[in-house]
Amino acid sequence: MNTIFSINGPVVKVRDTKDFQMLEMVYVGKRRLIGEVIGVTSECTTIQVYEGTSGLTVGEPVETTGSPMSATLAPGIISNIFDGIERPLRALGQKTGAFIEDGTEVDAVDTQKLYDVTMKIKVGDTLRAGQIYATCPETELIEHRCMLSPFIKEGVVTYVAENGKYKVNDVVAKLDCDGDEVSLTLCQKWPIRTPRPIAKRLSANKPLITGQRIIDTVVPVAKGGTAAIPGGFGTGKTMTQHQLAKWCDADIIVYIGCGERGNEMTQVLEEFSELIDPKTQRPLTDRTVLIANTSNMPVAAREASIYTGITLAEYYRDMGYHIAIMADSTSRWAEALREISGRLEEMPAEEGFPAYLPSRLSEFYERAGYVNTLGGSEGSVTIIGAVSPQGSDFSEPVTQNTKRFVRCFWALDKSLAYARHYPAINWTMSYSEYSDDLSQYYNENVAPDFMKLRQGISNILHEETNLMEIVKLMGSDVLPDDQKILIETARVVRVGFLQQNAYHKDDTYVPLNKQYLMMKAILSLFKKSKNALSKGVPMSSIIETGWFEKLIKVKYDIPNDKPSMFEDYEADMTADFEKLVSLAEKA
Amino acid sequence: MAIKYIGLSEINGPLVMLDKVSGISYDEIAKIKLADGTQRLARVVELSGDKAVLQVFEGTKGLSLTNTETQFRGRPMELALSTEMLGRVFSGSGRPIDGLGEIFPHKFADINGKPLNPVHRTYPRNYINTGISSIDALVTLIRGQKLPIFSGSGLSHNKLAVQIVRQARIAEENGQEFAVVFGAMGVQNDVAEYFRRSFEETGVLQRVVMFLNLSNDPIIERILTPRCALTAAEYLAFEHNMHILVILTDITSYAEALREFSSSKGEIPGRKGYPGYLYSDLASLYERAGIVEGKQGSVTQIPILTMPNDDITHPVPDLTGYITEGQIVLDRGLDQTGIYPPVSVLPSLSRLMKDGIGEGYTREDHSSVSNQLFASYAKVQDARALASVIGEEELSAGDKSYLKFGELFEKHFLTQSFDENRTIDETLDLGWSLLSTLPKSELDRIDEEHISRFYDEQKAKERFSL
Repeated sequence: MNTIFSINGPVVKVRDTKDFQMLEMVYVGKRRLIGEVIGVTSECTTIQVYEGTSGLTVGEPVETTGSPMSATLAPGIISNIFDGIERPLRALGQKTGAFIEDGTEVDAVDTQKLYDVTMKIKVGDTLRAGQIYATCPETELIEHRCMLSPFIKEGVVTYVAENGKYKVNDVVAKLDCDGDEVSLTLCQKWPIRTPRPIAKRLSANKPLITGQRIIDTVVPVAKGGTAAIPGGFGTGKTMTQHQLAKWCDADIIVYIGCGERGNEMTQVLEEFSELIDPKTQRPLTDRTVLIANTSNMPVAAREASIYTGITLAEYYRDMGYHIAIMADSTSRWAEALREISGRLEEMPAEEGFPAYLPSRLSEFYERAGYVNTLGGSEGSVTIIGAVSPQGSDFSEPVTQNTKRFVRCFWALDKSLAYARHYPAINWTMSYSEYSDDLSQYYNENVAPDFMKLRQGISNILHEETNLMEIVKLMGSDVLPDDQKILIETARVVRVGFLQQNAYHKDDTYVPLNKQYLMMKAILSLFKKSKNALSKGVPMSSIIETGWFEKLIKVKYDIPNDKPSMFEDYEADMTADFEKLVSLAEKA
Repeated sequence: MAIKYIGLSEINGPLVMLDKVSGISYDEIAKIKLADGTQRLARVVELSGDKAVLQVFEGTKGLSLTNTETQFRGRPMELALSTEMLGRVFSGSGRPIDGLGEIFPHKFADINGKPLNPVHRTYPRNYINTGISSIDALVTLIRGQKLPIFSGSGLSHNKLAVQIVRQARIAEENGQEFAVVFGAMGVQNDVAEYFRRSFEETGVLQRVVMFLNLSNDPIIERILTPRCALTAAEYLAFEHNMHILVILTDITSYAEALREFSSSKGEIPGRKGYPGYLYSDLASLYERAGIVEGKQGSVTQIPILTMPNDDITHPVPDLTGYITEGQIVLDRGLDQTGIYPPVSVLPSLSRLMKDGIGEGYTREDHSSVSNQLFASYAKVQDARALASVIGEEELSAGDKSYLKFGELFEKHFLTQSFDENRTIDETLDLGWSLLSTLPKSELDRIDEEHISRFYDEQKAKERFSL
């Protein structure tokens, strides 16, 4: 029997054994704490333990399991809340009370619950990897589709159960795979560090619609894309992630609270069960999976939580769903890597982070994508990772390395947050490499001139940035009137368009069509003002029309379901400006 | 049967090593008896075969390889708990040091605590009225929150903490009790004495549990101090239904102690020499604030930390800010112009306030007033920057009105005397008066209805005699 030789924090070593495989799951000690083998040499096997090691003794047994750290994939995952190694926190709470005890074993999903299973195969069929053999309603929104595990290439169906109610571990079908009999249940396992196979990657050219103006129009992300939200503390990373989780048009949200605050997870739990999804009229929890490994929970499980989350997402992608993963925050995950690396006494690279940080980050982000699944349907996994740069300094290793592997960068800005400009996404530092890929979608599905208007808005912001350099030095009075109009319009763009109020019932989610009409109205005002100026209308009379203020408040004044009001606005605006121009011409 | 191990095999800083031990568990506590009869406590921090590494809480001064007897207790560090702790003073490792003898323990608890299951937390919503305008209106403190004060050496953070303790109306009407747990880590004797005297003067001393680790006390004990304090707080809150306010000062000294300990263990350092696990370690303290579902009590934390060189990007304030639910930042510039409390408004934040203010909690206009004050005060900074370049006379009328607003805001809103206790209505009305000095069109964060109800230019002019 293998026994513990040394203990240092979450790292345990076993000496003189050849029984362990790399990345195998093991049980450590008499309390059977869950651990994973992270290093094997002829003298010594290194294990990281996913639970507190306090109280472990040298000489306690270490049990092998022969299989890698795996996630259980079965109905019952959606609307559940798990820790980093897929232990359901509600069930854990029932066992140990409000505080989490080490060494508690619980099943990932409820094994006693009966699901209404419909079989999709018949005896004699050939079933291939990734093909669906049974379905059952998991929540009101999500139909669970049980697929043949990619570990099994193909087999001939020899037995199919009747449609009816089954538990997760009941055998519903049997296959003959080259003479071996394989029993299929509603459940399968998949190693969390291995990406699930796909048939083919497709290009990402459909946007993930979020209802957040700055994201949808200025820096859009595609379904199957990757985005990073870096920002110092208090800049609203979590708030942005919550907004995306609530409103984006993915079918399923996997929210990973990785080393973050406990109260935040409680808030997500509360809010999501109260919020009703406008499209389906069901609580948001019906399409959400939460993974909560808060900052005071064991650090090794924090490292695993990211992989657990993405494995769950890939599983649902294979059923043909579109998934969005919110990882809050990947910096905490990188710190967990650093902490464990330090305990292993590895040679550190930048800022003490291990040298393999970039490769781990890229492995994670590369698991996103818009794909043809093995089963023949289309699905996607979009990854949106928050980054918490040390000292709000974007040049630190995690932010810089993340930047290399994501195609969308939503930089949160402290000074915007201080001025309570939310979302505090800085429009000059942020970028999206998807905007070209997505332009066709926008032009076809929203309006043919959508991308043109977007460019118009960007130009105004860009010119304002340049002008502000002068204003900072000389004051705005020295500018000529046409530049003052530009600055005034840019203010409308910033306050009226980019700023968005998450607590306002209409403004919290804005459909693409209204975003388009808002841009159109602002650009129309800009054009009319410039025209009026050239006709000799004084700057002050243009401001006095009140249209700048009016367009700032458009987001509140025109409800989302009454886009026709924009036509009235346009008509009124035209009339007001014609009056001004004719007055000026008379004078 | 308890085995005694005679002697040590190595001494290195606060760490000692023992050879040929067996049956010892990780994190276990040991008692080291010296030849002169005095005793020290130590904790197992690493086990490797038959070797054990122990950290000695009271320091290794006077230890030799031969003059000790070490005995293991078989349990992790535990704190004796009882309601008698109220009004008592303990050392950083939980021994009574006020000369009133040992307490009679009701139970023992592991000082490291256990992580609270997020499913069993109650999201904090009740606000605590501190009577300080800048905090109540702009960075509202919520019961169950962890809201640190980011300060610098020589600023009035201690005074502010005392004022919060004195004025905070934390207990509800239904007879729930209120108590303070005070953990001092590496503070000077005067500071500890200042807190003790202030608690006495304000009549709360009988409701305070103090854990003192002064700056000349051993650093290993400093690592235990906040854990003891929080264990006591959790006991009083969750087993005796009390509302507990935990004040921890100074977190920077704590982190430095951790660094010292880490480097003597030969660990690989992260940023500025602090150990790579500083985030997880600080989180294991801060995350112990909160409310447990189904329990009446609560633990609210106000950790105080002095930013070295007033640098908010230093690892300690930086990591703290990432864990805590906001921060109150004090500013040296304001302090030098005689403003007390010198709360630097723009970087200060309370993450939980959005759910604990407004109708049913404070007043319906609270969130729009605070948003507008933030936004307007941010513009004051732009106007000031411009004025310093082109001179005040050259400013536009709009910018001038912001300069005036900034001056009034600092003089009337931020400034408040040590014994002035403002109600939330007074604070919000004051906020409205200040906003009323600006043109209506500048108030872009407030909806029309509130403006028509509260905006009153005349009243503002009278109030500030403009």
